[in-house]
This record gives sequence, structure tokens and C-alpha cells, in this order.
Amino acid sequence: MTLHTLTVHEAGDLLRRGEISSLQLTKSVLGQIGACDEQTGAFITVTPERALQQAQQADESIAGGEASPLTGIPVAIKDNMCTSGVPTTCGSRILESFVPPYDATVVGKLTDSGAVIVGKTNMDEFAMGSSTEHSAFFPTHNPWDLSRVPGGSSGGSAAAVAANETLFALGSDTGGSIRQPASLCGVVGLKPTYGRVSRYGLIAFASSLDQIGPLTKDVRDCALVLNAVCGHDFQDSTSARELTPDYTTFLNEGLENVVVGVPSEYFAEGLDKGVEARVREAIERLAELGADVREVSMPHEKYVVATYFLTSWAEASANLARYDGLKYGLSAPDARDIREAQSKARGRGFGREVKRRIMLGTYALSSGYYDAYYLNAQKVRTLIKEDFDHAFAQGVDVVVGPTSPIVAFGIGEKVDDPLEMYLADLYTIPANLAGLPCISVPCGFHQGLPVGMQILGHPFAEGTVLHVAYAYEQSTEFHLQRAPLGL
Amino acid sequence: MSISRSEVEHIADLARLELSEDEIAQLEIELSRILEYVDLLNELDTSGVAPTAHVVVQGDVLREDVTRASLPTEDVLANAPEVEEGYIRVHAVLPGGEE
Repeated sequence: MTLHTLTVHEAGDLLRRGEISSLQLTKSVLGQIGACDEQTGAFITVTPERALQQAQQADESIAGGEASPLTGIPVAIKDNMCTSGVPTTCGSRILESFVPPYDATVVGKLTDSGAVIVGKTNMDEFAMGSSTEHSAFFPTHNPWDLSRVPGGSSGGSAAAVAANETLFALGSDTGGSIRQPASLCGVVGLKPTYGRVSRYGLIAFASSLDQIGPLTKDVRDCALVLNAVCGHDFQDSTSARELTPDYTTFLNEGLENVVVGVPSEYFAEGLDKGVEARVREAIERLAELGADVREVSMPHEKYVVATYFLTSWAEASANLARYDGLKYGLSAPDARDIREAQSKARGRGFGREVKRRIMLGTYALSSGYYDAYYLNAQKVRTLIKEDFDHAFAQGVDVVVGPTSPIVAFGIGEKVDDPLEMYLADLYTIPANLAGLPCISVPCGFHQGLPVGMQILGHPFAEGTVLHVAYAYEQSTEFHLQRAPLGL
Repeated sequence: MSISRSEVEHIADLARLELSEDEIAQLEIELSRILEYVDLLNELDTSGVAPTAHVVVQGDVLREDVTRASLPTEDVLANAPEVEEGYIRVHAVLPGGEE
């Protein structure tokens, strides 16, 4: 048996029954990383010694009867979440040598639940990008077709799951950075409600939009991982106090009494016909499973990308002001004074895409432009959020549509055209602007490449979102198909 | 919206970013093009719409004023480029000054 191909719940069952050990499972995963990471480039850092040590501890816990669903299960962490004693680069030269002195809350929670961290995954620098080509180190390749991108910015996490280089991964999602790569790599990715998962120790990009979530091989795994990482955290002042149910209790088949809203605006210009066909088939399947499918309207969909631009640039330019080369990270010892030291360190340490967004954000926040750009975008954000409020008030439980308008594109194809690259996030952005939970699940293939459907729910209704995703998934076999490289 | 070269240089200065000649030239074109795209928002009438800065509105979050362990100074300073007697050493603050 090739253990690395197992899901979290399959491996967990075998571990608790004593049929396999975490050491065997972890070695199998490390073997898979050794065999194919040179081709995928999914990892920035692999931590084999630490992983084997954690695996041994996990085996002891299991033998002692203290196993959680994640005990002994290998996980990969996106390289923008702090791991104590393990380099955390955020895909950037400016943090290339940064070794955090503490764990992000999610990392601590996973460690406490006995999960085995195998490494840190590649990403677009500071999570700014939709292809992982903006990593300062190397691009990640899509395990379904190595000449194509895995999506981004959590492209390393998505590719690692798709290539079975880990059993699951954590990503972060500011405008689609979990869901779009999940869609392009044929895996499941969930962005929880804003505040559901603590952001403490997550390197900030756009603080009002950022949220951490799981990338997994199926929906059951997604629920198990969410169970482990969600909940209130006093170290994150935006962390929500809402109760956290056991999300696996929502994994039921049949969709009677579920109202599905389908916005016509999500099937407009720019959507690939092949992607549209797969998503429409998936929506028909939801109806066959008993859902009440209705058309809804998102009249402000046209404005989501521009609103996201201004909001995320402004927040990013403020958040990234902390990288000054003085306290940590790349420094400029050759500078004459402190101001030059900051400008030189930032000029050398940040890549092209990050500089572009800092410039745009600084401009949008600068004197004379604040009202016209940033404040106006915040007002349009209200209108976009109200589109969802209206749909939900009409009885809609979930809104569904395509995750990405296109399948995985070629490496280098869009990298020179920032505007075209940004439009890849057209459908994923609304969930971030409105703070809503949203999952992407595999819904078939177009030209041999995975297509994803996203399911978006009411605030804190991750349970409903997982229910619809699970019922759909169980009626298909798409989640059982693995990238050729993953086997 | 068109951005001039001097505006690019001014924003770069505000953002503390040292840019190369090539970068300045490229940003002049890119920023103008991207800002032209976001002008799309101007076709909406947003007068009377309240801004959303944050979707979760829970007011101020306070904690009990109790002492708790913080990170050891040595661990925090381990990432600093230059350390002296428990402090981070930086360049001269005034231009041309002594370090």
C-alpha cells in the first residue's frame, strides 16, 4: 500500500486500529516529497528530522490511547505562517533568513493535536499572486501538467496535496488564495468565515480579508482539519467568539431543504465554456440531490476586482511598512543613514509584484486621493456585501458558481500582464470582501485539467457549506482521481 | 488616470522603496493602466453608502490586565541584523550623522 495516497480520515482509521504507524506514514510522505518535489517545487523548506520525531511521539500517544483525528497525520504549512525555529520566508527575499521565535496559533493547534509537520510550502511573495510564479525562490508546477501553474498564492500547499506530498495542508486566502489553487489542482479548499480561524502568527497581507483554511483530498478531511484549527483566540482581536460545532456532524447526503442560489453574473464574459459546462452539470447534480436551485442576482459583481484591488493594496502597503531591515529580515549595512537603510533593504528585498502593490496602496492612501480611492472602495464593499445579504434574506442557503473562470494556465503565460492575472480572482474575491465561508470542490475536468465549483454560505455556516460540498462530492468520483504525479 | 514619473518617484519615497531606472519606467506605465481600471468604481453613486472597513464588528476587545510570559529577549533579538547590549543597533537617524 502506498500510504501517502491516503486521506486524513483513512490514515487516521488505520493508525488508531494499529494497522500502520505514523512513522511509516511519515516516511512514505517524505519519500514522495523526495521523489517528486524536484518536479513540483511545492516546498520551500522540508523538515524531515523534526517530522520523524513528531511521528514517533504521535505513535506513543496513539499507543497510549490519546489519539485525535489528526494525531500522526503529516501536514504541510504555507510559508507565511510562523513556525518556531523553522524558517518562515513568506516567499520573499526580505524574510529569507527569518526564523520565528514563536508558533502561529494554527501551528500550535495542529502540533497539540498530534499532526506531523513535514515542511513549509511555496507561495507567491507575501501571498500576492494567483500562480505561485511570484515566489522569490522558484515557481511551483501543477502536478496534473508540470508546464502549468498550480494557481496561487497557496500554490505550494495545493500542489503538495495533489501530488500526495502531504496528507493535507494549510493555506491562507485573501482574494481566493486557497480556493483558486485548490480548483486548479483538483483538491478541496476552504476559506472559513472571517474570524473563524485565528490569524495570530499569519504574516499579514490585507488584514480585513486574510483568513487561514485547509486544503485537503476530500470534504471529510476538510471538516476534520477545520475542527482542529478553528475557534476563538485572545491573541487575535478579530477572532470570533461564535461556538464551534463538530463539523463532521454536517457531512450528510441528500440536499432536501437546501436552497441554492446561482448568480447569473457568475456565468458572464470571460468564463471558459468548458469550465462553465462542468459547473452547470454540477449545479444540475445539486438539484438531483434534492436542492431547490434558484437564480439570484449579484448586481455589483462587476465591481469586485476594483474594490478588492484598492482595499488589499492599501492594507498591504500599511502592513508591509514593518519590513524596514532594522529589526529582522534583509538589511542594508552599506546605507549612510536610517532612511536610506530602509529604502535599500525594501528595494532589494521585495519583488516586482510586491513593489507594484505597495506603490498602488501608498498612492491610494496618499493625501488628496484617500477619499476618491480607498474610502470609495469601502463604500462599494458595503454594496457587494449587501448583494449577499439580499440573497440570504430571500431564503438562499448557499451561493454556487465556478471557482476560477479558467483551468490551470501555462507557466509564464500571464506573468507579464498583471491586470489579466488579477482577473483570475473574479469569482473568489466576493467571499473575502463579505467575510463569508466558501469552499471549492472538484467538479470534473476540462482538457484533462481539474475544474472547481465554489459553495459560499452565510457567516459562520461552515457546516452548511460542508454539507452541500459533501453531498455533491459523494455523488461523484472526481475527488478520487489523483494527478498522475501523485501516484 | 495617468501617473507621471515624478509622481512615481514621490510615492516610492513615501513607501521607502529604492527603485531602479527600469522599475520606475515600468511602474509609470503599469500604475497608470491599473488605476485606469479601478476608475470603474466611479460609475457608481456611493453617496449615502456607509463604508465597510471590516466585516466583523465587535467593538473594542479588551483583556484582563494580568501579567503573562512574553518571548525571551534573546529569542526576539536573534533575527536582528545588529544587536548591542540587548538593543537593536540601527543606522544614524539624522542624514550624515555618526552611527
